[in-house]
Amino acid sequence: MTSPGDVVAPPQADRSSVKRALARVGRGARRVAEALATPLLPEDFIDLVDPLRSGADLRGRVVAVTPETPTATTILIRPGRGWRGHRPGQYTRIGVDVDGVRHWRAYSITSPVGAETISITVRAIPDGRVSNHVRHGLRPGAVLMLDQATGDFVLPDPAPDRVLFLTAGSGITPVMGMLRNDPLPRDVVVVHSAPTSGDMLFRRDLTALAAQGRISLVTRFTATDGILPVTALDGVVPDWRDRDVWVCGPTGLLDDAEAHWAAAGLSGRLHTERFRPRIHAVGDGGEVTFTGAGVTVAADAATTLLAAGEDAGVLMPSGCRMGICFNCVLPLTDGSVRDLRTGEVTTANPEDPVLVQTCVSAAAGPCHLRV
Amino acid sequence: MTASATRTNRITTTRPEARAEVSASGKRNPIAHLTPEDIEDIGRELDAIRDEVLASRGAADAAYIRRMIRTQRSLELASRVVLLFSKFPPAFVVGTTGLTVAKIIENTEIGHNILHGQWDWMRDEKIHSSTWEWDFASPAEQWKKSHNVEHHTYTNVVGMDNDLGYNILRVDPDQEWKLHHVFQPVTNFFTALFFEYGIAAYDLDVKGFKDGTKDKDVFMADLKKVLKKLRAQMGKDYVVHPLLSGPSALSTLLANAIANTARNVWTHSVIFCGHFPDGVETFETESIEGETRGEWYVRQMLGSANISGSRFMHVMTGNLSHQIEHHLFPDLPSNRYAQIAPRVRALMERYGLRYVTGPLPKQVGSAWAKVFRHSLPNKRPGHSQLGDVVAAARDAVTDVLDSTRGMWRRDRRSLAAAPA
Repeated sequence: MTSPGDVVAPPQADRSSVKRALARVGRGARRVAEALATPLLPEDFIDLVDPLRSGADLRGRVVAVTPETPTATTILIRPGRGWRGHRPGQYTRIGVDVDGVRHWRAYSITSPVGAETISITVRAIPDGRVSNHVRHGLRPGAVLMLDQATGDFVLPDPAPDRVLFLTAGSGITPVMGMLRNDPLPRDVVVVHSAPTSGDMLFRRDLTALAAQGRISLVTRFTATDGILPVTALDGVVPDWRDRDVWVCGPTGLLDDAEAHWAAAGLSGRLHTERFRPRIHAVGDGGEVTFTGAGVTVAADAATTLLAAGEDAGVLMPSGCRMGICFNCVLPLTDGSVRDLRTGEVTTANPEDPVLVQTCVSAAAGPCHLRV
Repeated sequence: MTASATRTNRITTTRPEARAEVSASGKRNPIAHLTPEDIEDIGRELDAIRDEVLASRGAADAAYIRRMIRTQRSLELASRVVLLFSKFPPAFVVGTTGLTVAKIIENTEIGHNILHGQWDWMRDEKIHSSTWEWDFASPAEQWKKSHNVEHHTYTNVVGMDNDLGYNILRVDPDQEWKLHHVFQPVTNFFTALFFEYGIAAYDLDVKGFKDGTKDKDVFMADLKKVLKKLRAQMGKDYVVHPLLSGPSALSTLLANAIANTARNVWTHSVIFCGHFPDGVETFETESIEGETRGEWYVRQMLGSANISGSRFMHVMTGNLSHQIEHHLFPDLPSNRYAQIAPRVRALMERYGLRYVTGPLPKQVGSAWAKVFRHSLPNKRPGHSQLGDVVAAARDAVTDVLDSTRGMWRRDRRSLAAAPA
């Protein structure tokens, strides 16, 4: 302890100058390592030995793959040492190689904070390449690409006293991520809809929490009872106006909730997470948006993206104009394009952009390219 | 989009045209026996092969390239470590050999093929044509331009594909003979030794800059990038690694120089075998106007030559030993070329087209023979080649004398005046 009159600056200065010197040595060592490894990076060689070390591109090793319901699967992942943790309710992106092709998808983290592993729950959608691979192809020991956790669908600190979670389908996943942490808000009501009780995610966890009296649980099975309209909330949670509400589920639910809370003048209490599997309208030709150039043009099914861009005055990279040189590739950030040589359709989302050859691809529905 | 209707889109041209049987320079047309329908049938058959490979491309292919990269990096790392003790002759030999092989595989099976976009489909940003940089003097970006665009599009078209002799060699009778070609066997020998720097200068288009066809600002910007890359490359092999070896510094430097040179000679030889051996056709500018996909395919097949050999041989050449298959499908994964080669060969033979192939020594010899043969002007009836060379040399000397006449006179006068 130093008394108020003591001069505390010198030791601090010493410490910081040592730190600075160390940092300089570190930077110097880094430069030497880079000079040794060029044109690669030192990491490329260290990855040979330890792909999960801290500082590496974030990866995770699959520890367990567990069926949750007939269609949903929970995977337990041990993230690499660079993992910075998450806040309850946040999601992460995982990059999975399916048939040799990397796909990125975003999933809510459903495990409590502070554990050595994280879990995500993936519902298989028909023809979903990633979700079906997770269910049938993924085995413990596999290494996935991982992103740091992100998202604003979280409880504030301190959490409000009275909370309503309004969820449907896999919209329960971020909420489960919150409910698995202590302490919970004093008064929690969960209103969750699922098609049937067999399809309901985390049924056992939720009923256990309710049995312990930590949450009040209202479930609605829509296959038999129909969808619960937001306007019917008064009958289920009479004090919904006094609660902060977190809503996650299909677009229809979110839209209805936004309208309902706005009508009550309570938009400030509403928090939403939009989790929609994107449905792209695949067609012949479409509106091509060159983000960055701020140009949108209509292109037909026979017009290459390259030609469409050039005609609209966009500075397009180009080369052989026949699909062999790969000098024209640009990221497709949204929508679908068709390869004019094979007819193959490539689809991308903002979470999973794909580089496409603009000289042999045409719009297949509205699409966005980053120039 | 109305403007697109008039734009030439090379891949959608579908109108085959009859070609002359004998070209302007008297060269036999190797496809004169094919009808336009034949050529389009060939195109369709090749498209079908391509589609088949695309449909079956998957996890096994991805595993192949990742394994190749892992093996190459492990070999390079191990060789570099061994070379830390290169003062000891066994370490020197083992380290140098390992590093040479590692550098060759890095340039060929890995670098060349990734930069062709053969692995872009994996969507792995680490193994992608837009992010990859290789252990070679020429920056990937510039090489992609000159190689993937110019060479692969205009393969073996005299006057358009500068890879035909790389601006310095005369490898085809249709190329104009100049006096300096007399020295091309020597030039080529040194090109082989310093191949990576030759390619860097070539990709930079130094010739275009001198001829005024390359914009000065663009040239200076590109030059800066080359110098930066050269500094890093040379710093690595000739400064940092030797210094790290301490007492073995000089022998490590020597080992790195040997590895780079051996790699240069090897890649030069492989690339020479791709388009220069006997039996490979060249084409004229007019012949590619309005070229259809089928005609493009045929030109690629006739303008390339394979090298026969073992699997290890194919890896060491980056599967450019399947140059014909590579030129047909530059973006298919290289591990698939061997698989489709028998079908491509059968197809060519069925249509009476020559599938040029042979073992490395034979193909290298054949390409070198061309370098010697075309160092002299084409044989003209009633003239001796030697006589033509002497005449050209005399003309050159006269030119020099003419353009420096004033100086010579003055010299002679001053010489005459000196004794007096």
